[in-house]
Amino acid sequence: MSRVILEVKELTTKYITRFGEDVYAVDHVSLKVEEGKSVGIAGESGCGKSTLALSLMGYYFAPLHYTSGEIIVDGHNIIGMDPDEVRRSILGTEISYIPQCAMDSLNPTLKIINFVEDVIKAHHSDISRKEIYDLARERFEILGLPAEVLQKYPVELSGGMKQRTVIAISVILLPLVLVADEPSSALDVTSQKMVIKMLRDLMEKGYIKAMIFITHELPLLYNVTDDIMVMYAGQMVEKGTAKQAVFDPLHPYSKGLMGSIIVPEKGLRGTKLSAIPGVPPNLKNPPGGCRFAERCPYVISECKTHSIDLRVVEDDRSYRCIFSEEELRKAYKNG
Amino acid sequence: MKHTIQQVFHSGKFLVGFVIFMALLLIVIGYPLVIKYPPLQIIGKGTFFPPGIYVNTFDSINAPTTYTLMLDDAAAKRIANKLSNDDRLAMKEWLVSDGIPDTQIDTSDIVSLLDLWQKNYDSNQNLPGMTNAKRNYYVRVNASLQGILSTEGYAIAAQNPQTGALEQTGTVNQSDYVNISNVANVRVLLLGTDNFGRDVLTELVKAAGVSLQIGLVAGIIATLIGLTLGLLGGYIGGFVDDIIMFITNIFTVIPSIVLLILISFSIGQEKRGAVTIAIVIGFTSWVWTARAVRSQVVSLRNRDHVNLSKLSGHSIVHIIIADILPYIASYVVMAFILQISSGILAEAGLSILGLGPRTTDVPTLGLMMNWAMIYQAEILGKWWAYFPVIVTIALITFSMNLMNTGLDQVFNPALRD
Amino acid sequence: MADENTPCLSGSGLTKVFGFGSQKCVAVDHVDFTFCNGEIVSIVGESGSGKTTLAKMLLGLISVTEGEIYFQGKKRDISTQKKKQEYWKNIQAIFQDPFSSYNIFSKIDAVLLDCIRMRGGGRLPRAKKVELMKEACSFVNLKFEELTNKYPFELSGGQMQRLMIARIFLLKPKILLADEPTSMIDACCRATILDMLMQLRKETGMTLIFITHDIGLAYYVSDSVYIMEHGKFVESGSADDVILHSKEAYTRRLISDVPKIHEVWDLSTV
Repeated sequence: MSRVILEVKELTTKYITRFGEDVYAVDHVSLKVEEGKSVGIAGESGCGKSTLALSLMGYYFAPLHYTSGEIIVDGHNIIGMDPDEVRRSILGTEISYIPQCAMDSLNPTLKIINFVEDVIKAHHSDISRKEIYDLARERFEILGLPAEVLQKYPVELSGGMKQRTVIAISVILLPLVLVADEPSSALDVTSQKMVIKMLRDLMEKGYIKAMIFITHELPLLYNVTDDIMVMYAGQMVEKGTAKQAVFDPLHPYSKGLMGSIIVPEKGLRGTKLSAIPGVPPNLKNPPGGCRFAERCPYVISECKTHSIDLRVVEDDRSYRCIFSEEELRKAYKNG
Repeated sequence: MKHTIQQVFHSGKFLVGFVIFMALLLIVIGYPLVIKYPPLQIIGKGTFFPPGIYVNTFDSINAPTTYTLMLDDAAAKRIANKLSNDDRLAMKEWLVSDGIPDTQIDTSDIVSLLDLWQKNYDSNQNLPGMTNAKRNYYVRVNASLQGILSTEGYAIAAQNPQTGALEQTGTVNQSDYVNISNVANVRVLLLGTDNFGRDVLTELVKAAGVSLQIGLVAGIIATLIGLTLGLLGGYIGGFVDDIIMFITNIFTVIPSIVLLILISFSIGQEKRGAVTIAIVIGFTSWVWTARAVRSQVVSLRNRDHVNLSKLSGHSIVHIIIADILPYIASYVVMAFILQISSGILAEAGLSILGLGPRTTDVPTLGLMMNWAMIYQAEILGKWWAYFPVIVTIALITFSMNLMNTGLDQVFNPALRD
Repeated sequence: MADENTPCLSGSGLTKVFGFGSQKCVAVDHVDFTFCNGEIVSIVGESGSGKTTLAKMLLGLISVTEGEIYFQGKKRDISTQKKKQEYWKNIQAIFQDPFSSYNIFSKIDAVLLDCIRMRGGGRLPRAKKVELMKEACSFVNLKFEELTNKYPFELSGGQMQRLMIARIFLLKPKILLADEPTSMIDACCRATILDMLMQLRKETGMTLIFITHDIGLAYYVSDSVYIMEHGKFVESGSADDVILHSKEAYTRRLISDVPKIHEVWDLSTV
């Protein structure tokens, strides 16, 4: 039984709007990441995956508020920890988070080495500048980034280079878990490939012990992560290994998602893409039963009235639907 | 639109600036309706009357009803008014050098001080180290003390129209009081008079109104010119843009104040009214607005919605008005506010130099500053002739700039705190 | 249905140069192409390859430095505003960013009414106009009753892009140029957009030109593919030829950079 690096139990967080309404962006989500494994989180925009990533950090700024659940990093629960304590001992050293568009938020007036110094000094205030520089250079070179990058300003770097620099800076203190939110969506395909390779290298070489990768691009997840979790309207609707999720999805939403993958591979021209009609529900007043009921092609009346729990199929595989595995597979076969 | 206005009024800075500006505007509009004195009427014979309530003494004596009030401190106040603190200290000095011990002399107890003085003062006595001037001073002080302690009233006498002799018509006792509302002529001069003898407060309110008008006219002209040139140059580009940029650059290189001075001077004293000055200011200060609008338009003209508009077959005029103008509207409003504010300052600057509107027509804030300067109000310490003017100019420009900053925060969400 | 295989839009030696002297930038470098009626064409290139500049030239939004464009066999003439408006009755576009494609001060109704006016329906009675708008909205799975009197920014990105397609439905041009229509939409909603575009093409027979950096998308939808690099077409041909049997190294590199799921994605070539 490998060491569980990150475990999330029934985490619920909400946004409180200006008018005092509660929007439960993350609704009782659980996941477990073991050492050496990576989990991908997929879903359309607004499903709560970015909020989940933010919530994993353990401290919250308004309008995001924690409601319930636990986040256990390497054995200790970080919920309820003092924010300063979290900043000192968790962020950067145990969990490192790369938000969306991180590469665009680099201060244009500082050199890359300044950002590295910032990160390292926040945790080890007694290291000298020369030691920081040597450490940075060594780490960057291992990850395939030339040392000259350290002396450059962010505007002098291309998009792909910037993103890889941001990733290198986030893992400079060798955190246990890396949470990356859409690290490659703003890049062209070549830079994207370099970023993905870097992330895979980080895992394979053991610099990080676990990774959570969030994106809406499914082919990327298939090639990077071991497990895939699909989120819809704040809830987890399916979880399984990458292969299972992509080639044998159980939940109707996942099935729809996987059916809309476009890859330039032989024989795929002209195959019908599955489009999921409609829009996700408003999370201010989520519907009572299954949240996907409005858009599901297999919906029955009980879907809207009963609250649907997670069904566990195997050890790591689960999905949230009223139908059993056999019923779903039969329905999919019949079209 | 409604949402924008709601947001605007939520901005703290805008609200403060707006309130100050509205208060000033209300005063400018409301004051002349209540107080109907002509602003440039010379009412004071003499210069720089200090602020205060001016009670006509003739009417006080002739007031219909005289009241007798027995007040304890009336006598002491009367004496204290006549004998200033400096005088009392001088008296103490004299007495001390005469040999009276310091502890016996109390300058706050006037009665005992006067007592000591009368017992010991000798005008012929030469105290060591006393100059001639100082001796004369003590003589004067002594003379003024005559009768200070008397409780007699005065007699009122008028000349008999036939004989020419003075006949007593009445008396004024030291305990006689009149109710100020019975006095026929009382004038409150909150800010005194200026060098010409004009009521500063009435003048100031009128001047503020005129300056605001000048600012408004100058602001409208400058903004319209800047907006038009910026839109045309920015959107059409090419040759048209080159010409407009050429004109703009000429106006940039020549400092506007020099232009203003030259044009003002050449128009001549006769033709320089307030509106003329406003027009002149407007025609020389559009440069910054034109450039700002142009650069905004240049960045807007390649946007997708403009392209889509073109593809939908709209004409250039329609695109400029519907697709470009609304996007820069907030910017133009802010530029307009700043132009008003700088127009007022420009007029003030011109007037201080003596090149502003004619001095005989209407007062402006700059003209009032000019007069104060020429007649050396600040040297003479007559603060009411220039300090309120400065405060007014500062308040007007401050409130406008505050509104501008508030609007900036509303329209540019990145600046919100 | 228009005749297949007759050239709809073609160009020879098309060039666009920005700036002059030492700061000269050749965005499009002597490209030749022929698009036939009813064809689905994709122009694939990375950012900076000049594909957007080419698109704008085809649309007539920017001027051509050198070369000729032929529309329906004849040399294209858009010298006056009137001729431009005539040309734009035949060619329309969908842009990449749905948020900036709309004037945020006009309501949705105005956008659709504009299209009706452009097709000459300016004088139709109000009821007929509403009927046309309802039809257009239902084609893209939007309800007109929910959209009316709203502003475009109140919709989601996918809905706005679908509204763009509704606009095209009303205009029914001969050629539709889609510049990265799905790159700012989630992967899950892409299929919807593509579906609708295909449907539109089936009904009206219009020529579809996709400008994209996504070679997977190009392979999936197009009949012919043009690969663009630094302003030049380095490879062109049918989709199968170009993608499955590519001859140029650049094309092969582009294909290998896209993540695959059925085949192994080789990361070592980075």
